[in-house]
Formats: sequence, structure tokens, C-alpha cells
Amino acid sequence: MSLSEVFIILAKAVILMLSVSLVVLVLTYAERKALARIQQRMGPTRVGFKGILQPVADSLKLITKEDILPTWADRGVYWLAPIAVFVPAFLMWVTIPVTRQIVVENLDLGLFYITAVSVLSVLGLLMAGWGSASKWAVMGGLRAAGQLISYEIPFIMAILGVAMLAQSLDLTEIVAQQHSVSFALVQPLGLFIFLTSALAELGRTPFDIHHAESEVIGGPFVEYSGAHWSIFFLAEYMNTFTIAVLTVLLFLGGWSWPTMPFEGFLHATLSLIWLLIKTSAVLWLIFWIRGTYPRLRIDQLMAFGWKLLVPLSFLNIVITAIVLFYGLPLWVLTCLSGILLVGAVCIIRLNSSSSMERDTVRLVSAKDVRSKAKFSPLETSGGAE
Amino acid sequence: MSEGYVLNWIAVLVVAAVGLVAILLMFAASRLLAPRRPTEAKDSPYECGIPAAPYHWSQIQIRYYVFAIIFIIFDVEAVFLFPWALIFVESVPIVFYEMLIFIGVLFFGVIYGWRKGVLQWR
Repeated sequence: MSLSEVFIILAKAVILMLSVSLVVLVLTYAERKALARIQQRMGPTRVGFKGILQPVADSLKLITKEDILPTWADRGVYWLAPIAVFVPAFLMWVTIPVTRQIVVENLDLGLFYITAVSVLSVLGLLMAGWGSASKWAVMGGLRAAGQLISYEIPFIMAILGVAMLAQSLDLTEIVAQQHSVSFALVQPLGLFIFLTSALAELGRTPFDIHHAESEVIGGPFVEYSGAHWSIFFLAEYMNTFTIAVLTVLLFLGGWSWPTMPFEGFLHATLSLIWLLIKTSAVLWLIFWIRGTYPRLRIDQLMAFGWKLLVPLSFLNIVITAIVLFYGLPLWVLTCLSGILLVGAVCIIRLNSSSSMERDTVRLVSAKDVRSKAKFSPLETSGGAE
Repeated sequence: MSEGYVLNWIAVLVVAAVGLVAILLMFAASRLLAPRRPTEAKDSPYECGIPAAPYHWSQIQIRYYVFAIIFIIFDVEAVFLFPWALIFVESVPIVFYEMLIFIGVLFFGVIYGWRKGVLQWR
């Protein structure tokens, strides 16, 4: 190990920081546009061409905004909390490869390291809640802790399922193993568990109870403003991107292309583009879920995590182990996993839709009304029965 | 400890340092650019229109601890499962069956907790 190696890592880390910040800026814009599209609004349009400079304007505004220290705040904990949230989120990127060659440092224990670091941000959220000395923040911090540790189990178990299939914890190796068949086809249940618990880990709708505006007014972040608040924001979007990339790497085959004719630089570029296309698809799914699903109640959230996802993730491990140990063909695992997934979706549907809801809300299309009424809507004011 | 091992963890340290420095630069920029005029009303914790009560340490529900304890059990299990996941195919059969029994015991634990009503948020 020489000094030059350390400098190379330093250069890689700085490039990583810059590119991740850029991605976060793009993501904030993309999410606002996507949500606006779902809700039939325009989204940001004013700053720059089609509002494309909106994230820059936002970040400038946040930096020049006053940082407020609440009266009874625990000063040290309060100021350190954003760092405790951001640094672990950034540390996950040490070992996440974006192509076969481009990675800061490929750790042998890659996946294990990621699961270990990902849980650290709970501490930051608790610190933010505790340090703010505001009851909403305390409640939000505790909710965050309760939620994040509950969904950590299925999250780890889903990752473990992938590690068992690939017989490796090295992310590059895991992608290489998916060269012919991606693990999403082998373990559809694993993908479902991973995405759902990852959404909860991110604290995104429908699992955003720890910063639910209508319940705890923004949770742990309620007292923060300016630069400190923006760090939480940055970490949240960075985590979203991390989860999308991890989903692609672990389940959707990463950058592997069935027949990649090129080598060297062109190969790396095309791999990167292919990975980013897949990642954007996953990101769009996450935004879409945010735009369409209502928030869960805290008891529903805990019940969903412990009574459905945890047993399912155990079953996922067990069926994977059995298929691998007895050397059964992989399509057996696909079938078993698929059956369990269908069962899980049925359980969710049965628990979530009650007959009462269906009776009270009835949507009638305008076309049906007109065809029944047999006259133009303008004349209905006086003549309707 | 091989050289690669040391380099691995130096990389982690370097990335952590870069992340930290980036945040501190941002805070420094904010210190220079942002105004700082605290007033009593501005610094009081968020409250819905009434003056905030100074004592913010409302009681914390015991249920959070219950979930935290269950979490620790499963987290320790995960630590055992990771090394097992990498070797069970090639290893002797007893390794495989032993871990199945271990998972079975924990699964039974979940069922027991469920029946006891621990998993119910009240």
C-alpha cells in the first residue's frame, strides 16, 4: 500500500461526491415533475428552460437561509444529527459498483458492509428528534427508530437470499452471476420483499409515518432549517438513488448485457448507460408509488412489517436454501417464490379492501351519466326527475 | 491482515472524510451567507399557536422498546446467517439442517410473540 493508492481513492471519493450530488439535484427535479404529472399539475416551470434550474435555485435558497437553534435544544446532538444521517448514506457508496470497473473500492464483504452501514442512519434520526427538544421531533424520532428497525429485518433477509443464490457477497460477482438469468426471475418474492422494505427504510410514502406532515409535522426535521435541513434532504434522495441502484444490481441484472460486443471504454460507457436506464425505471416506480398510495397508519405499518414481511422473508430464505442444497433446478425456486408472492398479494388485498369502502365511494363516468340521461347536460337544470 | 484488507478500510475512512468535509463546507458557506438574527419567538419549538411548554420529555411508550428487543434478536440472527449463506451448499449436510432448525426456532419465536400480542401496536 502506497501513498499514491490513497490519493487515487481520494480522487475517486471526490468524484463520487460530485456525481452523487449531481444525481440528487436531478432527482429532486425529476420527482417534482413526476409527481406533478401524476397529479395533473405543471411542476416547476419558472427557473431555466422548463424549470430545469429549479434544484440549483432551491439549494442556493437553502444555503442562504437562517439556521435556527431552538431554545431548549441539546446543542451538540442537534448540530451533529445531520452528519450522522448523511455520512452513513454516503459510506454505502464505497462498495457499490456502477460498472464492472468503476467502483471506489470493491470490499469482499460488500453486501454485509452495506447492510451494516444502512442501519446507522437510524441513530441520526433519533439524535435529530432528541436534540431538537420539541415534542413533535421526539415523537418523529421514535417513530423513525421503530419503523426503520422493524423493516431492517426483511431488508437484510432479502439481501441474504441474493447472497445465497450468488454464493458471494461481492456485488460485482453478484452481477456477473446474473449474466443469463436475473435474480428477479428466480426470486420474485425476494424482489417484492426488498423493494417494500426498502421503501420503508427510505421513509417514503406509503411508509412515511415518521415525518408525516399531518401527524408529527415533519417529525425529526421539524426544527431544522437552512443548510442543516438540506443535509437531511440530500441524504434522503441519496438513499433513494442507492436503493434503486441496489435493486438493479441485486435483482435486475445490473449492467450485464446478454451479448456485449464491445470492450474497454465503450463497454464501460454502455454498461453505465444500461444501468442508469434500469435505475431510472426503478426510480420512476418509487415516485409512482408516492404519487398513488396513501400513508399507512402506524399500527398497520408495524403489522405489515412483522406479521407479513418478516415471516415471508424467512420463507424466502428457507425455500432458497432447500432448492440450492438439494440441487433442484432454479425454475422450481421461481415457481415456489411466485406462488408465495401471489399468496402474499392476496393477503394484502383481502386485508386492505373492505366492502364498506366499496359501497360508499362510487365513481360514475360522465359518459355513463350522459347515455342514461339521454339529453344534453345543459338542459338538466330544470328538467331532471 | 493482508494489504488489500488495510486498503479496503482506508477507502472507507477516506470516503467518510470526504463526506464529512463536504457537509462542513456547506455549513461554512451557510455561516457566511445566511443571516443570523435569533428572536425568542423564532427560536421557540414548533407548537400549534400556543406558547411551547418548556418540558418536552413527554413519556416514551414502552412498545418501542418491545420492538427494539425483538429487532436485536433477529439482527443477531442475521449476523449468523451471512457466513452460513456462503458455505452451506458445499459444506457437510449437518450445517444445512442445523441452520434450518435455528430458523425454525426463531420462526416459532415470531409465532409465540404474535400469539402473545407483542406484535400488535396498541
